[in-house]
Amino acid sequence: MIHQIIFLYFATVILVSALLMITRRNPIHSVLFMLLLFFHIAGLFVLLNAEFLAAVQLIVYAGAILILYLFVVMLLNVDQERQSVRANRFWPWVAAFGVLIAGEILLLISRSTFPGDAGKTMATPGAGVMELGQALYTQYLVPFEIASVILLVGLIGAVMLAKKAVKE
Amino acid sequence: MPDMDQILKIVYTLVIPIAVLLSFILANAMYLQYVERKIWARMQARLGPMQAGPQGIFQPIADTLKFLLKEDIIPAKADKMVFVVAPILALMMAFGAFVALPFGPDTVLFGNKVHLWVTNLNIGVIYILALASVGTYGVILGGWASNNKYSLMGGFRSAAQMISYEIPMAFAIVTVVLMAGSLNLSDIVNAQAGKWYLFTPVGPVLFFLYVIAGFAETNRTPFDLPEAESELVAGFMTEYSGIRFGFFFMAEFMNMLIVSLLVSIMFLGGWLPLQILPQTLGGITSIHWFNKVLAGIPPTLWLLAKMYFFFFVFSWVRATLPRYRYDQLMDLSWKFLLPLSLATLMIAAFLKQAGWL
Repeated sequence: MIHQIIFLYFATVILVSALLMITRRNPIHSVLFMLLLFFHIAGLFVLLNAEFLAAVQLIVYAGAILILYLFVVMLLNVDQERQSVRANRFWPWVAAFGVLIAGEILLLISRSTFPGDAGKTMATPGAGVMELGQALYTQYLVPFEIASVILLVGLIGAVMLAKKAVKE
Repeated sequence: MPDMDQILKIVYTLVIPIAVLLSFILANAMYLQYVERKIWARMQARLGPMQAGPQGIFQPIADTLKFLLKEDIIPAKADKMVFVVAPILALMMAFGAFVALPFGPDTVLFGNKVHLWVTNLNIGVIYILALASVGTYGVILGGWASNNKYSLMGGFRSAAQMISYEIPMAFAIVTVVLMAGSLNLSDIVNAQAGKWYLFTPVGPVLFFLYVIAGFAETNRTPFDLPEAESELVAGFMTEYSGIRFGFFFMAEFMNMLIVSLLVSIMFLGGWLPLQILPQTLGGITSIHWFNKVLAGIPPTLWLLAKMYFFFFVFSWVRATLPRYRYDQLMDLSWKFLLPLSLATLMIAAFLKQAGWL
């Protein structure tokens, strides 16, 4: 019972803050609502006994990615952003695709069955950190390494783009 | 309808620990300010606050009253929502981190077994890192919302600084976690029984890394560039006054306490007593006797003593060292601390695997 109330609270705040994030005209406010969203998603992870994922959610998304967004957004002229046009002439198409994707998700959910309570199956001592590490470094070693190489390429690529070639 | 037992259980496991923790933090945040001013004053051959009460002992109460009673000014062109939220965010993240810190082993008090923590998270270290990284928001948003160029510069500097120093700090912590084999802070302390991590082969390097990064994370001298008054008036706090300024101020002190506690827990054996020459080594009776006396001091007192010692070091450094230049600050983190922390992690992993740690 209490579990469900907490879940409903998190879910509601996630939906509301996601909506507010999209609709705010001030980009900084959008970032703040996104922060709220990330916190509540972390809350959902805690509810599923995945504490490690909750903390990683905060470190990676809130602590690193969103801070970068904030950096970029702060360099914008907020007053100009407020008056800018919010959508171009393609918006009906994009909206139609959005509805389509939402419909697909709903269809998939209605067709699939969920085997039991995910929170209980994930409840392992040590918050599953050890299991996660072992899985990452044995079963999923290759995808893990590929992902890290992609990240490294992204990093080096950004440095290369930002650095102007110095002529002798 | 929940029965009495459930309510009592919630009171015992949540309400009382949080109330005790909160009063501990608030009393510390208030009085450490006074202690710090006294320490600076002594180091600079002054007297420090002397007017309110004997030796100025009531100064913190006067300060707090002033914070509370002052007019609350929000600049006309500031972004009101963000301006109000920023200090609260900074304070909340600092409070939140305390919840996961253990203050001692389980003890028996009045015949009951008492935990000296609010929650014993299995991922305590990562949780604290996460909250520290979110704490940056308070500073950046406060700087931006004030609509003042000094504030904005302070906010930017602090964001860049905190992001840069988070990395070597995280690597230092990860190495400690590797040595202890656990992310749980109580387990990290227990793993140090017999040998504090400061006295292991890689320990001093990690200690050095963590303390430097800790100073930078808390925006303290020699890394207090976000509020460098000679360049930026008061940095991100320029437009803040009254209780909102107080919030930022308290958050800074609490972060300092968190860093001091983490240093004590991760490198100085937390609540484990100091042992001069472990018993296995020597046959000198007087040292054994002294060790017994040291071990008789309650564990929590040991932890608090270590914490206050580090707090003293914080004040000491602030009274002694000048401030870094901004580019030097960035160079130090990216060109020196980061490679060093990576190398230490590799060496520690090797030593651990070879069984020498």
